[in-house]
Amino acid sequence: MSAPTVSRPDAGLARVYPAHARPLWRRVLLTREVAMIALLVVVYEYSMNNVGNFDGPLTLYYLFLDTAPILLIALPMTLVIITGEIDLSVASVVGLSSVLVGVLHQDAGLSIPVAGAIAILVGAVCGAFNGFLVAYVGLPSLAVTIGTLALYRGIAVGILGTTAKTDFPEKWTDLAKKRIWEDHPYPTILIPFLVLLVAFALLLHFSPFGRGVFEIGLNDEAAHFTGVNVELTKLWLFVLAGAVSAFAGIYYTLRFGSARGDNATGLELQVIAAVLLGGVSIFGGRGALHGVIAGVLLIGVLASAMRLENQTVNLINIVIGVLLVLSVISTSFLSWASGLATRGRGLGPLRRRSSAADHK
Amino acid sequence: MPGPTKRPPVLVLRDVAKSFGPVVALRSGSLSVDAGSIHGLVGENGAGKSTLVKIVAGVHRRDSGTFELDGAAVDFGSTADSKAAGVAVIYQEPTLFPDLSVTENIFMGRQPLGRGRRIDRAAMRTEAESLFRRLGVMIDPRRPARGLSIADQQIIEIAKAISLDARVLVMDEPTAALSGVEVDRLFAVARSLRDEGRALVFISHRFDEVFDLCDTVTVMRDGDYVSTDATADTSVEQIVARMVGREVSDLFPKVDATVGDVVLEVEGLTSVGTFHDVTFSVRAGEIVGLAGLVGAGRSEIARAVFGVDRYDAGHVRIAGRDLRAHNPRAAIRAGIGFVPEDRRKQGLVVDSSVARNVAGAIRGGLARAGVLTSRAETRAAGPWAARLEVKTNALDMTAATMSGGNQQKVVLAKWLATNPRLLIVDEPTRGIDVGTKAEVHRLLSDLAGQGMAILMISSELPEVLGMADRVLVVREGRITAELDRDSATPEAVMHAATVTTVPAAGADTRTEVTA
Repeated sequence: MSAPTVSRPDAGLARVYPAHARPLWRRVLLTREVAMIALLVVVYEYSMNNVGNFDGPLTLYYLFLDTAPILLIALPMTLVIITGEIDLSVASVVGLSSVLVGVLHQDAGLSIPVAGAIAILVGAVCGAFNGFLVAYVGLPSLAVTIGTLALYRGIAVGILGTTAKTDFPEKWTDLAKKRIWEDHPYPTILIPFLVLLVAFALLLHFSPFGRGVFEIGLNDEAAHFTGVNVELTKLWLFVLAGAVSAFAGIYYTLRFGSARGDNATGLELQVIAAVLLGGVSIFGGRGALHGVIAGVLLIGVLASAMRLENQTVNLINIVIGVLLVLSVISTSFLSWASGLATRGRGLGPLRRRSSAADHK
Repeated sequence: MPGPTKRPPVLVLRDVAKSFGPVVALRSGSLSVDAGSIHGLVGENGAGKSTLVKIVAGVHRRDSGTFELDGAAVDFGSTADSKAAGVAVIYQEPTLFPDLSVTENIFMGRQPLGRGRRIDRAAMRTEAESLFRRLGVMIDPRRPARGLSIADQQIIEIAKAISLDARVLVMDEPTAALSGVEVDRLFAVARSLRDEGRALVFISHRFDEVFDLCDTVTVMRDGDYVSTDATADTSVEQIVARMVGREVSDLFPKVDATVGDVVLEVEGLTSVGTFHDVTFSVRAGEIVGLAGLVGAGRSEIARAVFGVDRYDAGHVRIAGRDLRAHNPRAAIRAGIGFVPEDRRKQGLVVDSSVARNVAGAIRGGLARAGVLTSRAETRAAGPWAARLEVKTNALDMTAATMSGGNQQKVVLAKWLATNPRLLIVDEPTRGIDVGTKAEVHRLLSDLAGQGMAILMISSELPEVLGMADRVLVVREGRITAELDRDSATPEAVMHAATVTTVPAAGADTRTEVTA
């Protein structure tokens, strides 16, 4: 027996809807992401013209070298935060992966690719453990990953103690610092980053899986009722976060030529700060990768410009902190103001925000 | 016994109206309660009883009408106002502070103070003990509220009300989750309160209880007052007829359709504590209505069939093939569409666009080589939005800005886009305006006419009776009656939904619910 066919609506007679309420330029340009990119360009141009040595040959090169781990981990972190979860254990996975590469290469005599592959596998397992506890046991990700932040870091430090493994083949440590083209400031780490960026952009913005990610963040119950596999989706995102963090750990080790248990301590907060600065809502459901990339680079440009101006790390942190708070305030304020302008009553967006907070 | 001396009524509501946006919850509610009497308030779901109670409790403010307490006009802006005026409402499921002691719960916010403005615990406990003695119940005032049965929690709410010296006590379906013994105890307490001269309002769907306990009974229907009688002068049949009394067949036209093969078979479906041994089938071209009271387990059965909830035993078959349990994706693949009860929480993602909501269940098929574009979603969603005449400026508007009726159309469009063989609709017209309601009814009828199997849950009796080819009545997790179109009268359905035929079995289920 065949399923009953609902007669297809006749396009000629039925009402035709415009696809978009606003013209293209407004949809593309008046977004949080574009504002962040514009701010990045302004800060970059200002620094080029006014900060001594910012236009030198090494500035951008080191900027990319230093921000590469944040850029990498921000990709899966964006997806995790869009589902309304968070992963605080990423920096500990970086440390664990760094230790594993060092030990497996120097003590077990494995080659760098084999040691790296094992480290990525372990990173994926670490992520799967987080994901299992969050998605299938139903524990809050904040609590789970605070726990595994300590757990994975503890294992990493436990394996190596306070010593470091520093003997890595020059071929690999050079590769981590090599430029793609001789006279350009782009290090080779940007190649795997760009590959991953394209992959994550397709996954988040151009796949049914990505639509599910957004729906989980906006309303996980409705997502469940529509057939989205909420648990499996979250598990996969944590696995990806673990694997990418482990890859960043390998890069970190080779770039500094040093495998230590305390490598990249505190990196998770830099990643999360950059993701939030890039316009991803901490309540889930909103955000885009181009904004996140701009957020990471904005923090990087600000930090290196201020360093060239001989400002202390403390001041750099204060500026970045203020920027983050302002950006969070500005979204609330902007949506409140636009709601006021378009609807004539001011409570709409604020109420929606509180409902977003409720369903978390 | 009504009051021995004739006094003016304590609580009077006359022609009270309340609307929520376009939805009229209460058109003209009237109620007049004497001191020293128990007044029953009955009506179908949606008749406006709860709204009336919430106005009395100060949760809602009435739009118009008279509201008097002891002959003086009152207007409660908050529950604190109503408490101060001597009105207490006991809900079906009381909300106590679980980690505080029974005594602390009774005196929350008005603890007696001793020397040095410190809370006088001894006085509190003595007072609590004397309250419980007066009510004739044994509850240790020192124990924490956590773990108390619903019945005990209600007694605590009553004790709180008495300690506030409430003159009017409203009990909103207090017996729904109680076992037989607990009901008896509650009734004994209620009668002793009546004899103290307090006025009680008792809301229940169980007529045997209403006739057992109440002195007078008021019937409501569709937000209107219908009648008030002394229980001695009326009968269950009379009350039921007044609750449903209206012509239904013209309102909801169901086109006759040729009934085809069996699409859905449910066999022995059981979820412990929720529903038991549920067996039924739905054929192509047929609309099967699931009737019953709110909380009877109808939605839970539907959710288990679709796979969003687990079940403990039984089988679900679609076109003869077993359906995997607890897997909505398998259900969608097998051809089930499910319009859930709570539109805004379960039916759609209100902060997402119309296009993405409509394409939500089919987007896997819209991806080309794994790549899904907004353009593909918009193109697929447009015709379905048009077919259901969704009112929106553009397909990328968020669903949050739309009216309830339009949101429901979006949910329906989402599932029709999957081309289902079986459509389960849970309260398809709840909270939507009359015009859209008629559109939804016509649509469901058309779909059945084209050979779709439809399982419809509705608390609106006329809707079920007007639309369904067959009506299954659910009471306390069991199917208690299967009525075909001709034998499905309002009286028959209400009877099967409310009357406990085998008292022992009924008591069993209630105990399970409490546990």
